[in-house]
Amino acid sequence: MSDLLDALAIALKSGLGFQAIFFALLAIGINVHFGYTGLLNFGQIAFAMLGGFGIAISVSKWGMPFWVGVVVGIVAAIVLALLLGLPTLRLRADYLAIVTIATAEGLRLLFRSVSATPVTNGTRGLSAFNQSFIALAPWDTQRRYAILGTSWSGGELWVATVGWILVALASLLVYQLMRSPWGRVLKAIREDEDAVRALGKNVYSYKMQALVLGAVFGALGGMVYAVGTGSAIPDQYQNANTFLAYAALILGGAARVLGPVVGSIILLFILQFADTGLRSLISNGIIPDTLLSSTDVAQIRFVLVGIGLMLLLVFRPQGIFGDRREVMLDAR
Amino acid sequence: MPADPSPVPPADRPAPARLAQAALADLPWQVGVAKPDPALVVDGVTRTFGGLTAVSVDHLEIQRGGITGLIGPNGAGKTTLFNLLTGFDQPDTGTWTFDGQSLGKLSPHKVARLGVVRTFQLTKALSRLTVMQNMLLGAQDQNGESFLKALVPGTWRRQETANTERAMELLTRFKLDAKKDDFAGILSGGQRKLLEMARALMSDPKVVMLDEPRAGVNPALTQSLLGHVKDLREDGMTVVFVEHDMDVVRDISDWVVVMAAGKIIAEGPPESISQNKDVVDAYLGAHHDAPLTNEEEDRVLAEAEAAIAREEGVPTGASPAETLSSERTGSHRSATDGTDTTR
Repeated sequence: MSDLLDALAIALKSGLGFQAIFFALLAIGINVHFGYTGLLNFGQIAFAMLGGFGIAISVSKWGMPFWVGVVVGIVAAIVLALLLGLPTLRLRADYLAIVTIATAEGLRLLFRSVSATPVTNGTRGLSAFNQSFIALAPWDTQRRYAILGTSWSGGELWVATVGWILVALASLLVYQLMRSPWGRVLKAIREDEDAVRALGKNVYSYKMQALVLGAVFGALGGMVYAVGTGSAIPDQYQNANTFLAYAALILGGAARVLGPVVGSIILLFILQFADTGLRSLISNGIIPDTLLSSTDVAQIRFVLVGIGLMLLLVFRPQGIFGDRREVMLDAR
Repeated sequence: MPADPSPVPPADRPAPARLAQAALADLPWQVGVAKPDPALVVDGVTRTFGGLTAVSVDHLEIQRGGITGLIGPNGAGKTTLFNLLTGFDQPDTGTWTFDGQSLGKLSPHKVARLGVVRTFQLTKALSRLTVMQNMLLGAQDQNGESFLKALVPGTWRRQETANTERAMELLTRFKLDAKKDDFAGILSGGQRKLLEMARALMSDPKVVMLDEPRAGVNPALTQSLLGHVKDLREDGMTVVFVEHDMDVVRDISDWVVVMAAGKIIAEGPPESISQNKDVVDAYLGAHHDAPLTNEEEDRVLAEAEAAIAREEGVPTGASPAETLSSERTGSHRSATDGTDTTR
């Protein structure tokens, strides 16, 4: 029983930790792209990597202050969004998907390559760039704090606090935008671009604005991740994260303000709970070693999440917050 | 369109419909004839897709304040011409102007901002937006559609309220007011057509281009739809529409332009069109005048007699096109690409 409680506590911490914030910000960006505007961005992680490395390179390599690094990261993400959008947003949606997925993988390979080592430290990555940020914490970061049966270091708690404030601000921004006529144009573009063009709206410009906005959210997510782990390693930014963020978005409900946030919390909670829970079941001998060994758990938990997502799509295709009527319209 | 679309008794206002018709009455029935007051002028526009010349129009003028019907068999280039005029496609050569302003190389949204709005052959209702949101999207110059102003509701609230009121008036006129909070995706095909037209009107257009407004609409709704098209003319708008059905064209248009194989082969008032040899050739094939064998002649004669007998059973007087179609073989219906002539 105490094992189960432990597993719950660890899962709760995971669901509220910086990784959940990372996925939440990624998914908020994807929500703006895919959920509201209908842009297929399959390389959200590229923006996150630019955000994370923006801070890491500025601080560790160039000796700049932390906040300059934040600005560098955001500007880099905006520039990348413009570069990706300029040639593709006039074309069909597929082209953006192709270009973003290739860019995400290409950028990661570039950052870990030998020729980039002077700047990014190659596969070893950069570290020791978050002290000035951690030092801002109003509490003692050397101590550990117990909250709801979970144990947090002061630094973790600070990153999580700032991170959730960022998520709240991002959600507020999305909420405000999507109830405005600006958001209405985005949703209309998702439905049919040509109809929106025929009504005198510059579709290209709106798609670009949406792409840039979502990219900035992605960059913020990458920053939270880099600061949370205290390091920036190119291989942390695998494109699988983009698809996990998509999973979080669909779980929570696309085109809903809180969908990506709640989806990320639940996704991380389930992943961690399955992990710890299965491990404790194996170590207690409830699941025999011959059936499942603890080395398999890391993979099995994704299988469980996959099954869960399938069940969700069968029984609640709109996600947790979605409107079923809206989803059913697509089926017609 | 006036800001207030509330119905005014027809007697209280001038009848621009008759004005346009009267203005066009004395014109010769020839291709490229100059109109007294053209809104749209097309000059030497060609568009080719590979080796196929989809549109090749030497000169065409569209009379302001009138309803111009654009007809022609399938593949005649009607929709391509629409796409060219509204910026959705770019021509290989040629110029075209609206109120003297060149529309060449303008993107679709800029054409729309000038006051030339269009609807689509395949209705584009924005399914997962409500009917009201669809309508509000049509309004022009909205403050709230800029990113920064969107964040400050104070800058767009009042405009939004005014637009909502106007949208409500239009929805009432199109009898969609009860549906305003429903998703557009659950509307029937005919209601979508109405919504698309109402949405286009939200932008206060000067020229309305309707691509097959009647396609997929049941006969009962057709009458009200055509009534709305006539209302546009009463409101002073210039209407261009693509249609297959000769009865509809004759019913509402002031001037008819016939296209075939990318070219304009005839234009004139509706009653002139069915007497035009080129039009008959385009619809029925050029060989229908070729000498027939005796057997064929007998068969055609029998069919024509049967058709005339049917015709006389119908109380309404047969119009030229009907007479035409009954004089010829029964292939008229299939030649107009199977469009069901619902009467």
